[in-house]
Amino acid sequence: MQIGVFALQGDFEKHERALRRLGVDTVYVNYAWQLSTLDAVILPGGESSTMLKLLDVEGLFEPLKQFATEKPIFGTCAGTILLATEVTSPSQRSLGAINMTVERNAYGRQLDSSIQTILPEKEFEDRTRPGELETVFIRAPIIREIRGGARVLASLEGNPILVEEGRHLAATFHPEMTEDTRVHELFLRKARKKC
Amino acid sequence: MYLDNDFRLKAGLAEMLKGGVIMDVTNADQAKIAEDAGATSVMALERVPADIRKEGGVARMASISKIREIMETVHIPVMAKARIGHFMEAKVLEALKVDYIDESEVLTPADEENHIDKRPFRVPFVCGARNLGEALRRIAEGAAMIRTKGEAGSGDIVEAVRHMRTIQKEMKQLTVMGKDELPTAAKNLQAPLELVQYVAEHGKLPVPNFSAGGIATPADASLVMQLGAEAVFVGSGIFKSEDPARRARAVVKAATYYNDPEKLLEACEELGEAMRGINTAQLEEKELLQTRGW
Repeated sequence: MQIGVFALQGDFEKHERALRRLGVDTVYVNYAWQLSTLDAVILPGGESSTMLKLLDVEGLFEPLKQFATEKPIFGTCAGTILLATEVTSPSQRSLGAINMTVERNAYGRQLDSSIQTILPEKEFEDRTRPGELETVFIRAPIIREIRGGARVLASLEGNPILVEEGRHLAATFHPEMTEDTRVHELFLRKARKKC
Repeated sequence: MYLDNDFRLKAGLAEMLKGGVIMDVTNADQAKIAEDAGATSVMALERVPADIRKEGGVARMASISKIREIMETVHIPVMAKARIGHFMEAKVLEALKVDYIDESEVLTPADEENHIDKRPFRVPFVCGARNLGEALRRIAEGAAMIRTKGEAGSGDIVEAVRHMRTIQKEMKQLTVMGKDELPTAAKNLQAPLELVQYVAEHGKLPVPNFSAGGIATPADASLVMQLGAEAVFVGSGIFKSEDPARRARAVVKAATYYNDPEKLLEACEELGEAMRGINTAQLEEKELLQTRGW
C-alpha cells in the first residue's frame, strides 16, 4: 500500500510523521503522474486558496478529482475545504468529494485558534479506540452543512468537525498535530479497503 | 517550559505556512495581488525595506487603517511588523487581531537591550536571526517562528545564505556533541540549555525556520529552500520589480518546486526585470539592518 501526502504547501511533514509512527511510509506528491502509483492521498493543512493555485501549476486539479472517484482522500483543515462540494467566504473551486458546505476561516483569525478536548461519536470510538480526542483548530473552517451520504464522526458546538463519505475522510482540525493517531488509523483502514 | 500548549497553537500556524511565500505589502491592492499569486500570507508594513533604506527616518509599525484595510481585503493570514522591544506596538497589533507579529530589525529599534517578552501574548511572533544562538534566544522569549535576517531591502541574497548556512551548521554541530558538552555549548551560544538540548536531539529548531532578507528572484527562493529554509519571506523583491504579479507567481512556484530545476526554469522564464538591488558588501556597518537585535 502506498500513501501520498500532498506537499505543495502546508503541514505535510506532520502527516508524514503521523503515518511513520503508525509504521507506514509515505511519498510526497507534487506531480500528476504520481497519482497512478498511489492507493490513497492526504491533503494537509495550509492555505486552501494557495493550494488551489499550486494544483494548477502542474495541472493536478482534474487528475485529483478523478482520483477521488476511485480512491480515498483524507483532508485536514485546508484539505477539508478542497474536498467539499461547496465552499463559502469566499466561494472557490473544490473537488466535490464529500457532500458538504464548508466556510473558510469561520472561527475568525489566529487569536480564535484553539485546542479543544472533545468526545467523538461512539461510532468513531467503536471503529478505533474509546477516549476523548484532542483537537487543534488553526484558523479553521466550519462545516456548515452535510448532505447525502456524508456522516458525522465528531462535532464541536453542534458543527461537524470530522466527517466521512464513503472512502473519503475530512477533519476541520489537525489530528497530525497531536500524539493521538486514531484519525489516521481510521483513514489507513479506508486505504486498505477495510471499511 | 517553552513548548507548552499555547506555543503549539502559535507554531501551528507557522506549520501551515511551510512551503509557501509570505509577501511584504503596503496597501490593499498589493495584498490582493499577493493573494491572487498564491502567497500563503502577507506582511503589512508602511514602506518596503528598500524604501526605508532609501528614505531613512524612523520606521514604525504601519498605520492601523492600512493594516485593517489589508485584513479586510485578503483571506490569507495577515502579519504586521512591530519595532524591536516595542511591546506596546505589539499590544496594539494584538488588539487589532493580526495573525502574526514580526518583531523586526527592518523597523527602527525601540529598545537597544531588550526584545519583547513574547510569551504572555496570545498572538504568535516571528523574529529574525543570524545564527543559532540568536534564534534560540528569540524562541526563549516566545517567538514561534524564526526567519533569517538576511539584509532586508538589498535584493542581495548573500546575507540570507550566510545566516541559513550558519544556523544549519551550528545545529549539525550540536547533534554530534555528547550530553556533557551541551551546557558549555549553551554558554557559548548564549542560549538556554533546554533549547540547546532540543536541537541536539532533533537536529532542528523547535519552531519552523524560514528565510528572509534579500530574496529577489525565483532562483533565490529555491536556493534558500535547498539550504534548509521551510518557507520564504519576500520583501522589496516583488513590489520593487517590473511586473509584481508575474514575479509573485514565479516565486510561489519556485518555493514549491525548489527541487525541480525544470520548473524553476519555467518560473525564471516568466519574469520581467528584478529589483535593482544593492551589493551588501559595499554597505557601511551602520547601514546594515541585520545588526539590530541582541
